[in-house]
Amino acid sequence: MEVFKGQKTIDFMGNAKKVASLSIALVTISIILLFTRGLNYGIDFAGGTIIQVKYETTAPIEKVRDIVSQNPKYKGATVTSFGSDSEIVIRTKQASKSVKGGAKIEVREMLKDTGKFEIRRVDMVGPAVGDELREKGLMAMLLSIIGIIIYLSFRFEWRFAIASVVALIHDVTIAMGSLALFQIDVNLPILAAILTILGYSLNDTVIVFDRIRDGIRTIKSPEMSDVINESVTKTLSRTTLTSLTTFFVVLTLYLFGGEIINGFSFTLLVGVVVGTYSSIFVASPVLMWLKFSVLEFRAREAAKLKREKEKEKMRAMYEQGTM
Amino acid sequence: MNTLNYRVVIFAFAFLFGVVFSIPSLTQCDENTTKGGGSSCGKKITLGLDLQGGLHMLLSVKSDVAVSSKVKSMGTSIKYNLDKEEIIFDALKIDDNIITFEVLDKDDLPKVVKILSEEFKEVAVKQNGMNFSLELTDELIASTKQNAINQAVDTIRNRLNMFGLAEPTVAKQGKDKILVEVPGIKTEADENRIRKLIAKSAHLQMMAVDEARAARVDMMSDGEARKYGDVILRDVADNRTKYLLYAIPILDGSMLTDAKVGYGKNNNQPQINFTLNGQGAKIFGDFTAKSVGKRMAVVLDNQVYTAPNIVQRIGGGHVQITGAFTPQEAHDIAIALRSGALLAPVQVESQRSIGPSLGEDNINASIIALVIGFLSVVVFMVLYYGMAGVISNVALVANLFLILAVMSLFQATLTLPGMAGIVLTVGMSVDANVIINERIRELLHEGNSITKSIEQGYNNAFTAIWDANITTLIAAVVLFAYGTGPIKGFSLTISIGILASMLTAILGTHGIYQWLLPKIDKKRLGFWFGIKTDKEVK
Repeated sequence: MEVFKGQKTIDFMGNAKKVASLSIALVTISIILLFTRGLNYGIDFAGGTIIQVKYETTAPIEKVRDIVSQNPKYKGATVTSFGSDSEIVIRTKQASKSVKGGAKIEVREMLKDTGKFEIRRVDMVGPAVGDELREKGLMAMLLSIIGIIIYLSFRFEWRFAIASVVALIHDVTIAMGSLALFQIDVNLPILAAILTILGYSLNDTVIVFDRIRDGIRTIKSPEMSDVINESVTKTLSRTTLTSLTTFFVVLTLYLFGGEIINGFSFTLLVGVVVGTYSSIFVASPVLMWLKFSVLEFRAREAAKLKREKEKEKMRAMYEQGTM
Repeated sequence: MNTLNYRVVIFAFAFLFGVVFSIPSLTQCDENTTKGGGSSCGKKITLGLDLQGGLHMLLSVKSDVAVSSKVKSMGTSIKYNLDKEEIIFDALKIDDNIITFEVLDKDDLPKVVKILSEEFKEVAVKQNGMNFSLELTDELIASTKQNAINQAVDTIRNRLNMFGLAEPTVAKQGKDKILVEVPGIKTEADENRIRKLIAKSAHLQMMAVDEARAARVDMMSDGEARKYGDVILRDVADNRTKYLLYAIPILDGSMLTDAKVGYGKNNNQPQINFTLNGQGAKIFGDFTAKSVGKRMAVVLDNQVYTAPNIVQRIGGGHVQITGAFTPQEAHDIAIALRSGALLAPVQVESQRSIGPSLGEDNINASIIALVIGFLSVVVFMVLYYGMAGVISNVALVANLFLILAVMSLFQATLTLPGMAGIVLTVGMSVDANVIINERIRELLHEGNSITKSIEQGYNNAFTAIWDANITTLIAAVVLFAYGTGPIKGFSLTISIGILASMLTAILGTHGIYQWLLPKIDKKRLGFWFGIKTDKEVK
């Protein structure tokens, strides 16, 4: 089976400016969302307690809400259903430091008249732990971006590194914006998802860039836009196939992976779409706008080749003993 | 042409390695059921708490308490030493971690100075006439705190091991935190027992009742008691009964050598029999000889269990705690006493407690997702690429086995995010093969020979896959270094997956192509590569 066969070169860069305004709009909206609605930090970062309760029959959610709201210790706690009718989750900002039982015993006592139930999960995070995690998460992200810039500058050229990081920030911002939009609980798995997007976005960009690097050497036109158009067209088949397969894998995670992993897979779904889009419509035009000169690059490559050849010649001469 | 090339040989070995070492994990063979130890079983992946249920706690130690109890036990020791030398002193008090006392007889001063300089070298001693004050140095405070943390790790580990659950983890994390993971807890009652066992200070003290003022205890405030160097403690069974005790104990649990559950002769009630070491037995014997007719309280975690009258000197160092406890409680208290007291209480910084049924749900959900995702990718690859897709799938399967095998050898823990990491690696491994297959197709369309298309295709694809994988690997390694818990598991599986996929998807498939090369029919490119081309392939 073949879908992309003998594809004519598509003029991606011709519309780059129009598409860029879409990207800028999305990023702006995301930033506004992040500042106005804000991220809904889950207990991993904000501290607090989550208690997941499963009833044998349908959960009497109204009754539970009533009881919980009357308990001064659970002031401001929310009760929501979780996955199915029989399961509920109680969220509170309180965090009991007692080793002996804390929330589990309290909840068992508090809900004892609401029917038969099982406490399936209690997650508690003290506020200090959350702060440390957030710092570490940010630190990890910064360090990996720095590492990647260094590696890409070394393997490609600094403009490639900058362009890929611009695309990266674009993707992560939009993914976080969507987290703010849908008020998804930001917990450790979400952090993992954001970091995966980071990896995926780079992966995708690097593969497109690799083709562009290839194209700079082989394509006749000295215009960067032509080189990009032709290279991107050539990777289009791979880009589509990979994004689709990844998208489907993540979609199955989202649909069948269970409630706990829902936020994680949702973030990834957004990331896969945005990551694929940004490799073509963000990273590549930025590379063009950074005034990457094909001719200069070729001249440098030629000079490098020449130097190497001369070195070889010298070595050959040296080995023959003429020097 | 010799078709059995080095690539396919390495790949075959890797595949075999993967299968062999992932077997223990896949069957989850249990060391307890296979008699003759774990050697027959091999190293395996442990399931994370989110997958098998259990209790995860990050504890912190209130190490300030360890410092103040260190001061207190120094007080005990001063009292013991001064009494031994028959020095008369008064007003032995502890306030704000400073011990003060007054010597009454001037002639005793040289003896006191000698005792203090010999027995309390690490302490800053100030003398003002007949008054002495002792204070811990900063180094001693720091080492006491550190010691309290290390001791808490050992003590909690001992207790959990004695409790008899499979594979509890107790480890120091960072400077002052303790990570406790107890998998496989079946019921809430068990969980509560384990929590109590961890939390129990098991701080045993023998304290003398201040008989001179005991009658007034009900009207006395805590502050007033402190003025006399006393402390008010309550009875464990009856909260209203109060005892006025000398704050500095006669001896404490550090002099205990053994604790066992026994049953009373008369009432068959569970009791705890414990044995003191030589020094403890001597102090205890001396004290009881001196205090006939007075009361002595057995205090555990600041609650009075019994306070019998001393009828005669008690030698041999055998003491009992009686009280109203169930056999289960007695059993747990005995464990706690045997494993030693916590020098300082612990508190929870964060915890995760996952019921076994939820763990099972999590496993089922992620396995379903994994299988559906995997199957749809496998089927798609075959439909789209023909035999080339089959070859990619072989690499994919090998990749999965390799990940499992390496994780087993590391005895890594598989968590829910770890599962997600595997799913993503499947995606990346497929991506490598998509890139390679696309490149080969391109070259075939240009009319190159099959051999050239394959070799050139791998060459062209290599830099892209290499650079993409390395950048992701950089991110994963940084994450592993900086992440905690679930993030670590996630980045570990990704890192292993990337390395494995370079071996299987790049080297392995290349080897298979070279091996199969003589069989590839240039007239059946649709079957082999899933393409139709109008150009004649050489």
